Amino acid sequence: MTDFDLTYTILLIVIAFAVIMGTVTYLTLAERKVSAWVQDRLGPNRVGPGGLLQPIVDGIKFFFKEDIIPKHVDRVFYFIAPGVGVATALLAFSIVPFGPSVPPPRPTAVTAEHPVEIAVAEHHSEMEAYRSARTYAIAPGLDIGILFAFALGSLVVYGIILGGWSSNSKYSLLGSLRSSAQIISYEIPLGMSVLGVFLFVGSVNLEKILDYQVHHGWFVLYQPLAFLLFMVSVFAECNRLPFDLPEAEQELVGGFHTEYGSMKLGLMLMVDYIHMITTSFFMAILFFGGWHFPGLTDIGGTAGLVIKFVALAFKVFVFLMLYLLIRWTIPRFKFDQLMGLAWQVLIPLAMVNLLCVMAVKEFGLSPWMLTATSVITFIAAAVIATRERSTVVSRLLHEPVAVA
Amino acid sequence: MPTKTVRWVDEPKVGLFERMYLPAIAQGLATTVRHIFKPQVRTEGYPEEEPNLPPNYRGVHRLNKDEQGRVRCVACYMCATACPAHCIDIVAAEAPPEWTDREKYPETFVIDELRCIYCGMCEEACPVDAIELTTLYDLTGLSREEMIFDKEKLLSVFDYTVQAGTDPVRTRGGHYGPAAEPAK
Repeated sequence: MTDFDLTYTILLIVIAFAVIMGTVTYLTLAERKVSAWVQDRLGPNRVGPGGLLQPIVDGIKFFFKEDIIPKHVDRVFYFIAPGVGVATALLAFSIVPFGPSVPPPRPTAVTAEHPVEIAVAEHHSEMEAYRSARTYAIAPGLDIGILFAFALGSLVVYGIILGGWSSNSKYSLLGSLRSSAQIISYEIPLGMSVLGVFLFVGSVNLEKILDYQVHHGWFVLYQPLAFLLFMVSVFAECNRLPFDLPEAEQELVGGFHTEYGSMKLGLMLMVDYIHMITTSFFMAILFFGGWHFPGLTDIGGTAGLVIKFVALAFKVFVFLMLYLLIRWTIPRFKFDQLMGLAWQVLIPLAMVNLLCVMAVKEFGLSPWMLTATSVITFIAAAVIATRERSTVVSRLLHEPVAVA
Repeated sequence: MPTKTVRWVDEPKVGLFERMYLPAIAQGLATTVRHIFKPQVRTEGYPEEEPNLPPNYRGVHRLNKDEQGRVRCVACYMCATACPAHCIDIVAAEAPPEWTDREKYPETFVIDELRCIYCGMCEEACPVDAIELTTLYDLTGLSREEMIFDKEKLLSVFDYTVQAGTDPVRTRGGHYGPAAEPAK
């Protein structure tokens, strides 16, 4: 673990918080603009040049609105729910390295030419170098790495559940129930899909995963199926279309945030966007090599540092745009289709993917075998799903029918 | 029980291409992205961009003047009769003696712009092309009395549109009514 420096950590916290809040506000504007352009109209363009001051004005509106607490709500949970949601969503961001990282040193081997004293000294110097290297994560080098984020992701649903339950209204309750079922179901393929990545790297530590990708190539090349499963699960975790039943504006009025107004509503909406940003970072780091770009990131010095930041920011930006575009491309899933997708499709595919990874690791095959098996598994699953399914209607079809 | 004509409608078959979902989603994404870069509809940025109105747009009325600056209207009451909303009020009087080609002229000509339904029947009815509907659409007033236009106001609308060059289609196109140029 790198040394803990209080001032540096506080500085990083302030910077990360400011950047996240700024990105969240401008993500609301980006969402409105991109949604508008996709629908052949212009987004908000009255406030400031091209509408750039719109999020600031919206924030001011949220602050100055009267905070109404309906009489029929459960006061304690009504207060806590937005706070729980935002706190856990922000906490999950603390392990994300948003800049270049150095991996912790590997264990040094003791051999005949490499006696104990030299090995120990070498290891000590490597540990010193690791400890004093500058890291760009608030909680760097966490050995449980991404499990921390997954655990906190499960806690985010508490904000939604408490919000819906305390609102004491049918719409909110239905929304929060759907959301809790959806998020809990999709956590399983979320974890299982990245098990293949962890098996390859041998660790859950984010720095080690990044280091592996720098030396061996991005994981999206070797495990495209795992990436696809992760992306689908993450869309469901963030309550984004096509999985946004909990917020289904056309059905549930507002879902779990119907009874909320002003800043509490602002916080609830922020949870959605903060989760989007965190999961985009994870997609970029776990599968797309994070700050690594072949060729460009070999440049050292300040220029190299800037290039690394820009590379990671660019990848996160691409994923955020994908979030926004997919919203207007695919229709919403029905609730039984949603559950069926998680339990009947994603989990079996994740298990098959895991089996292939285990086979490749066991027999020492080339990782490119995994690309082949991913594609074959995907197509095989599609072929299996296309077979004729016997339903009541189709059975009736084959019976003779009286025609007048 | 009588047999009915039954028509079975099959569910559309979901083939391999659709079951793979990803190619269909990619197609959808292509459509979505295409709409970003090639919008099918152009949005007009009002009020910075004024709309481009066709010349036969039915806006505020004007009373036309001829080359000598006299009001063209001969107070024949055809527009007041044709008006479905009964918003035109004319009081006819004997024309000044120096106007030899007409017998009557309107002493007062009042149109209640708030009652008007802007149908253009008065414009169609007028035989001497005296009343026309212009392309002025953003008409506002602070009281109901303000929106009752009398003859001076209507003639001032004429001066304004002549100056702005926004003559309605009749004057622009040169189509004149049957009595526009009366016999000398």
